[in-house]
Amino acid sequence: MAFIAFVILRAAVVPRSFGEYGHYRGLAISEIASRPVAFAGHDTCEGCHTDVLDQKKLGKHMVVACEACHGALAKHAEDPGSVPPVKLDTAILCAHCHEANSAKPKGFPQVSTVDHSAGIACNTCHQPHRPKIETGVKK
Amino acid sequence: MEITRRRLLVLLPAAAVAWRYVLAGTPEASPNYQLTEHWWGMLIDIPKCIGCGSCVRACSEENDVPEGYYRTWVERYHVADWKIERPEVESPDGGKNGYPPHPDSNGKNFFVPKLCNHCVDSPCTQVCPVGATFISPDGVVLVDKNYCLGCRYCIQACPYGCRFLNPKTQTAEKCSLCYHRITKGLNTACCEVCPTGARQLADLKNPQDPIHEFLKTHTIQVLKPHMATEPKVFYNGMDGSVR
Repeated sequence: MAFIAFVILRAAVVPRSFGEYGHYRGLAISEIASRPVAFAGHDTCEGCHTDVLDQKKLGKHMVVACEACHGALAKHAEDPGSVPPVKLDTAILCAHCHEANSAKPKGFPQVSTVDHSAGIACNTCHQPHRPKIETGVKK
Repeated sequence: MEITRRRLLVLLPAAAVAWRYVLAGTPEASPNYQLTEHWWGMLIDIPKCIGCGSCVRACSEENDVPEGYYRTWVERYHVADWKIERPEVESPDGGKNGYPPHPDSNGKNFFVPKLCNHCVDSPCTQVCPVGATFISPDGVVLVDKNYCLGCRYCIQACPYGCRFLNPKTQTAEKCSLCYHRITKGLNTACCEVCPTGARQLADLKNPQDPIHEFLKTHTIQVLKPHMATEPKVFYNGMDGSVR
């Protein structure tokens, strides 16, 4: 009788999928995997913004994913009409990567923003998707 | 067939066990995702890290990490020429907002991104009394927040300090290697936004993954190898002073 009670109690208390893959609840894997994403991924962005992709291919920012600067845009990708991307302040954003710092790799392009632009927004001179200023291609 | 008391005693437990498996179903992370075909890890290329903090910001946003807590963070090391064994290490706000220039231009300065090492022999999963933290069949150390008691044993056990107690849910939390993304074929949020490729997601079971060539041709280290946890976050160009 005690054994039957134990079996019934165990079946009631232990989660159904416990032990399916190991000493844990197997359903936890699919629960964690089913969470929604915030960052859409650059492939999603490039599906629509082909003009920007063409510009990026010509410059060093080719390897920088769109959401590295523009932030999480999965909601925008789902509904581009109602969720516009946030306007960026390039004077702050660009400095995250390009402000001079002795801990950064020596070959990485870096400037002292105070000396370089005195706080002027970087996109006044540089086109962020193709940042190198070339003769006749300014902005 | 006559049901005697002896037969009933044999049949009831068997039926209970069978019913559990009927109810459990076969949970799968994603329709086309096969758990047994992957073995996830990450490569950190220290000489490429610029300490911009993009990874920390992206991780916080993607995973709804509470303010003041970090699933990944970036440390800045300052190693004076004459005291390599005692480096200065700082990580204000987890390096989320980048770093101002270091006042001491002598010695060497560099950045080291840190996160859960998704150890093969992870101490955190071994100490969990209820099986709320576990290694998935594809090699990711995860936390089942619906089953976690919040006892903090795993937080104490992690030799890398990668876990914390979420103040809202009162459950243990850590890097999930963006499990909800990688099972959908996406990159982790930190790797997605890393502007220099200092972080790269690696599928060690995929023979086409560039990680294999990289591991063959570079001198790779892991954090605290003496702990024998077999970490799956591999560091390239790591200075001997890094802890």
